Amino acid sequence: MTDASTRARELVESTYRSDSRRVLATLVRLLGDFDVAEEALHDAFAAALEQWPVDGVPANPRAWLVSAGRFRAIDHIRRRARFDARHAEIAAELESHVPVSVHGGDDDEIPDDRLRLIFACCHPALAIEAQVALTLRTVGGLTTEEIARAFLVPAPTLAQRIVRAKNKIRDARIPYEIPGQAELPERIDAVLAVIYLIFNEGHSATFGDELTRADMCAESIRLARMLAELHEDSEVDGLLALMLLHDSRRAARIAGDGEPILLDDQDRTLWDQAKIREGIALTTRALASRRVGPYALQAAIAAVHAEARTAAETDWGEIVGLYDVLLRIQESPVVELNRAVAIAMRDGETRGLELIDSLMQHGELAGYYLAHSARGALLLRADRKDEAIISYKTARSLATQLQEQRFLDRRLAELGERSQRG
Amino acid sequence: MKYLCLIYDEESLWQKMSPDEMGKVMGEYNAFGEDIKASGHFIGGNALQPTSSATTIRVRNGKTITSDGPFAETKEQLGGYYLIEAKDLNDALQVASRIPGAKLGSVEVRPIMVFNS
Repeated sequence: MTDASTRARELVESTYRSDSRRVLATLVRLLGDFDVAEEALHDAFAAALEQWPVDGVPANPRAWLVSAGRFRAIDHIRRRARFDARHAEIAAELESHVPVSVHGGDDDEIPDDRLRLIFACCHPALAIEAQVALTLRTVGGLTTEEIARAFLVPAPTLAQRIVRAKNKIRDARIPYEIPGQAELPERIDAVLAVIYLIFNEGHSATFGDELTRADMCAESIRLARMLAELHEDSEVDGLLALMLLHDSRRAARIAGDGEPILLDDQDRTLWDQAKIREGIALTTRALASRRVGPYALQAAIAAVHAEARTAAETDWGEIVGLYDVLLRIQESPVVELNRAVAIAMRDGETRGLELIDSLMQHGELAGYYLAHSARGALLLRADRKDEAIISYKTARSLATQLQEQRFLDRRLAELGERSQRG
Repeated sequence: MKYLCLIYDEESLWQKMSPDEMGKVMGEYNAFGEDIKASGHFIGGNALQPTSSATTIRVRNGKTITSDGPFAETKEQLGGYYLIEAKDLNDALQVASRIPGAKLGSVEVRPIMVFNS
């Protein structure tokens, strides 16, 4: 094999890694069907492996692949037309629709295609688990096995979920399009919710190997980065910033034995300063825009923590102010709880406990393990250990995740030891 | 007087049918259709795509809540229908969200089955 043909083969492989999702997105638009597009993508790369080493690498590899995939798909459909007359019509229609971008080598339309694909994958008419799986599979390019492992679902179940989602897109005709101005904010929010869910799966899951979890965080950050490039929006910036700031603490968050380390107790020298700088810059930009949303505000809160060199230097006054604003646009008991904790840090435990107790009386939070856990922590700070133990025990009985249960068990064990000694 | 005849069956039965069995049922439907056309009873009718293609919307506080599937609550009963032509699901959902009933209950949007004759 000549050097040139080896290089061509390597280029096919690297193009697959860097561009296969973009080519797929364009093929989905041109062919109007996921499965047909996936098959066409496969065919296009197979053709590239045959032809590039012989004929040389085309000037615009991506456009070549789109064109090759499209022609092969039409060819397949036409061959099927021998058995079924319907396919002849489909082939004719696909052929008459000649895309400009394929021939002109003009890449302008291609980023839009990925955006169209994201909006189709994160369509609210699909179940949220299906949105997540489909986005990771088609936009992110993860394998079904990788996604199944990350979400602790058997691979066949996940494959089935993806098949059903694709069928629904086809049967109910969910369009591959960027929503109009009227629906755009809501639909962007739906996309952001999917990305954030992927991130949280990677960030907070205790099970699964560390590598898989890091992959999910990296993937969600990559998706948000892509979205930010394709579509200017302060909440996209806000979410990207929030995830970067949380992810900057990765190395400091988990102890050697796998137990989570609370923010106050983390070794802040382990925080990733590059991610913090980028997160803060994005937060600043998001806060300066006209539409300041929940993600930007949560990022701003994370940024205040990131800026404090020690836990004691945290500007709790600033954090309380940000929670006040957040509460105004996103009324939620959990935000109220976080605000109460921030007030306790600023004004003392007594004030914080008063707030938490009054919140709990109004319902919702009474059954939330974190409310009791936060209450326990404040009682402990106020030297009211016996009451703290009761709160932690209530929290333990409400906690459902293994990580939460283990954390509370450890807390209770620590308190038990101390109470025995004292 | 006009009446709407609603057909309920188990979707899974259709999936399990052999081509012969399905052909037999379809033949019965065709015969029935011809029959009520001849008798003057027929106004319109369609087969629906399976519930896996259904989307349900509710409008609450001016916001449209969209969900996958035919999730009418058990306390809700079928109260009416519109047959619409829309360019895609977004267009259909947009129309459906303007149905006044979407504010009180829910509207299930299900594509009509298209047969190739």
